[in-house]
Amino acid sequence: MKKLEIFDPAMCCSTGVCGVEVDPVLAQFAADLQWVGEQGVAVSRHNLGQEPAAFAENPTVVKEMEAGMERLPVILIDGQIMSTGLYPSRAQLAQKLGLKVGAGESAAAPAQSCCSPKSGCC
Amino acid sequence: MALPAVSTRHLFFTGKGGVGKTSLSCATGLALAEAGKKVLIVSTDPASNLDEVLGIPLGSMPTAIPGALNLYALNIDPVAAAAEYRERMVAPYRNILPAAAIQSMEEQFSGACTVEIAAFDEFSKLLGDPTATADFDHIIFDTAPTGHTLRLLTLPSAWSGFIASSTGGASCLGPLAGLEKQKALYAATVARLSDPKETTVVLVSRPEQAALAEAERTRTELATLGVSNQYLAINGVFTAQTPGDAIADAMTRRGVEALAAMPAGLTELPGSTTAFVPKGTVGLESLRLLASEPGEQSATQPLEDTDPPTGLMPLAEMVDQISRSGHGVIMTMGKGGVGKTTLAAAIAASLARRGHAVHLSTTDPAAHVAQSIAEAIPGLTVSRIDPAAEVAKYTAEVLAKAGNQLDQAGLALLEEDLRSPCTEEIAVFRAFAQAVHAGNDGFVVLDTAPTGHTLLLLDAAEAYHREVLRTRGEMPESVVELLPRLRDPNYTHVFIVTLAEATPVHEAERLQADLARARIKPYAWIINQSLYASGTTDPLLHQRGLYELPFIRRVVTALSPQTALLPWLAEPPVGSAGLARIVLSDNRRPASADFS
Repeated sequence: MKKLEIFDPAMCCSTGVCGVEVDPVLAQFAADLQWVGEQGVAVSRHNLGQEPAAFAENPTVVKEMEAGMERLPVILIDGQIMSTGLYPSRAQLAQKLGLKVGAGESAAAPAQSCCSPKSGCC
Repeated sequence: MALPAVSTRHLFFTGKGGVGKTSLSCATGLALAEAGKKVLIVSTDPASNLDEVLGIPLGSMPTAIPGALNLYALNIDPVAAAAEYRERMVAPYRNILPAAAIQSMEEQFSGACTVEIAAFDEFSKLLGDPTATADFDHIIFDTAPTGHTLRLLTLPSAWSGFIASSTGGASCLGPLAGLEKQKALYAATVARLSDPKETTVVLVSRPEQAALAEAERTRTELATLGVSNQYLAINGVFTAQTPGDAIADAMTRRGVEALAAMPAGLTELPGSTTAFVPKGTVGLESLRLLASEPGEQSATQPLEDTDPPTGLMPLAEMVDQISRSGHGVIMTMGKGGVGKTTLAAAIAASLARRGHAVHLSTTDPAAHVAQSIAEAIPGLTVSRIDPAAEVAKYTAEVLAKAGNQLDQAGLALLEEDLRSPCTEEIAVFRAFAQAVHAGNDGFVVLDTAPTGHTLLLLDAAEAYHREVLRTRGEMPESVVELLPRLRDPNYTHVFIVTLAEATPVHEAERLQADLARARIKPYAWIINQSLYASGTTDPLLHQRGLYELPFIRRVVTALSPQTALLPWLAEPPVGSAGLARIVLSDNRRPASADFS
């Protein structure tokens, strides 16, 4: 079983509605993770504000944060970095995890690959 | 005349700000202690003045009150509680995670949610855990102004419901990772609040229409929450001893009329009335006087300091000054019950009479603005920031924006998060920011909710401002510009409104200090409803007027850049003419605009 780990920046909700403006990418990503989980991948998600221990215990993640907080979110597949500083799309997750995206499912997942949470590009 | 006669172990005093919750809860606690009971008084108000009333610095552990055997008090400062909670969460990682990560975590724990939750957590420890207060016969909660009180009281059921229905694990409750573990404690808190054998809620009111309306609102809201054991305490009942003085007669008449028109739901509650006291209620001796008859109170020492205060500025002159800037934001701030809403309306009306386009916006849940401007004034528009409506609007907007991109699971998760308590904070804040933004095109006059809430609002503004600096997504211009605008003395004029009494002046001083932390400097102070300035010759009211002098002097010399002193008005300031009278009430040569 593949293991997908997400290390989020400190934020109070996983869907991001607690900001002044909601970020649609975050809401979509939360839904994508649920889908990934349903495909048999072990998904664990950690928020810096809530579970600092998970960050502290992972040298790869600490190293990334030392390089800059904009590296969050750090996304690991089986302990290896898949991406930093952005929330990948469902299609990208599926590709890296070797999953098949159904026709109906991909329609619900527009590509958001350019979007880093802090770049302001989206 | 008497103190509330209540027998349950837990007592809550609630009511509109300035009605005397702290005075009555302390006097009741003192009376119970002197009858041999062991009593703990607890304040959960972020702007508590329990220390002042009891004359001793208090902390989060019970402190024995000198001079009163068996009386103890503690002060829960939700802001400090949140800071402690933050430190507990962050400290273990200081040397493990990078400094930037620590800072980011701290930021996360500085929000309004954390403060609310930390306060409730403390509150639950006392109410939900029987061992915490086992030593005491009575625990008396001197609660914060009504909006805040209601939120505290509403929280338990909201949280219980939320925790029970939350299946997706950590969500908006995130900042309280340990929250779900507390479920039993919170459930116990709710049960105790609603148990008539355990808890009495004392609705405190003045014999005034607005305060009674607020008490009625609280009564129905609490009844809806299942809190039915309620008691009505009317505080500050005044009767002129000899008729003939316009002010004293008006005050007597207004009290009688307000009590006669009391909402039916309130008349059915058991209750007590407490007499007007000419001195404040700071110190144990003054608290004991609250239980006595009015006649016993007039025999006090003559005052030495009776020279008229100097250095005052007429309010109409201040309005003239602001009028010259042509546009911007005016905010009246202060503790609930000092007359912020009426003054905001008066200033708005006065600016409109000077030919400006003026928008008056109020967040006061007990808004009387609409009533105050019964007659239309050209150029003046009025709106209310209604938290419930703002939440609905915000929720709809978020769902419209993000909802259509989501599959069903994503939508469910989003809706779940929108049910969280912080949604209201955000929704109201956005409305506030938008109102401030509108000051570009004319004048915007805002009253604000009671002090505790105001502090949180500004704190939120500051946090959001920092958030903006590392923003993602689209940020409305109104939010990006908010704090710089509030800090610009040419754009924003803040009036601190207070009364010439110990507690309101201290609270206004704290408010000013908090504004200073956010680098906002008030334009002026208004000392409202002054009996000294009213010209009354009634012995009791005159004496109360003289007791105002040291406070007036202190505001003018030590606290305020400029001060207006407004008299207590015999005629209630209703409608356009009434509002105009307020702006002229301290000025013999008014600006011509206010005559029309």
